[in-house]
Amino acid sequence: MEAILFYILATATLIGTLCAITARQAVRAIVYLVTSFFALALIFYLLGAPLVAAFEVIIYAGAIMVLFLFVIMMLDLGHPEKMQAPRLADWWPAGLLFVAILGSVVVLVGTGRPQAPSAFTGISVREFSLALFKRYGVAVEIISMQLLFALVGALYLGRRR
Amino acid sequence: MSIPLQHVLILASILFAMGLACVVAWRANVIMMLIGIEIMLNAVMLVFVGGSAQWGMADGQIFSLMLMALTSAEVSLALAMVVYLHRRKKSVNTDDFDSMKG
Repeated sequence: MEAILFYILATATLIGTLCAITARQAVRAIVYLVTSFFALALIFYLLGAPLVAAFEVIIYAGAIMVLFLFVIMMLDLGHPEKMQAPRLADWWPAGLLFVAILGSVVVLVGTGRPQAPSAFTGISVREFSLALFKRYGVAVEIISMQLLFALVGALYLGRRR
Repeated sequence: MSIPLQHVLILASILFAMGLACVVAWRANVIMMLIGIEIMLNAVMLVFVGGSAQWGMADGQIFSLMLMALTSAEVSLALAMVVYLHRRKKSVNTDDFDSMKG
């Protein structure tokens, strides 16, 4: 049951991402990417990470993608003629990289022996928060400093002069 | 937990390769390059969550949360930079930002 759901969601994620990277307009790419992120959030939930799934929807699909949409609309980049789409000649290095990574994955799958799935039912929010604020408290502080620096930097770059 | 770790890793590698292909193919457009970086970071988060599920530890999930905070900081700075550059050159094409050439 879980496995079938995982394969369906994986297909949805891959198709959404493929549509996003080949879209002609930036706005369409963002919308396809939001679809793919929703499927990915469900995969996180299946993998026993409900909190990460919720944050994926709230922060990635909700905040970051809306930030992209804001910038695209503010700078009026929605017209396809303003976005120079890559020519076919631009795609071949990308395709080469993609095929190289895919080939190495196929080789790894062919040689490695599959690991048995562990008996694991998921990590509750309580366990997660205990680990986050007890063992990784310093990391939380550092991340908060980093967010503050990003805020100051964005304010500096965005001011009118 | 009936999903093998190997399949999660295969999905994450394909996603990462797609993000890399996006960055390389759209190298003339700053916004699509940032989208490619987002896809790659998502693939990395998938690896962390899959490892956390395989070994039953919360550490992988905590690091994926850190990665999310890092991404939001990176995106806010990068998009502020895009707005700034667009104000100066009226373009998001990377070929126009060549004023440092010798």
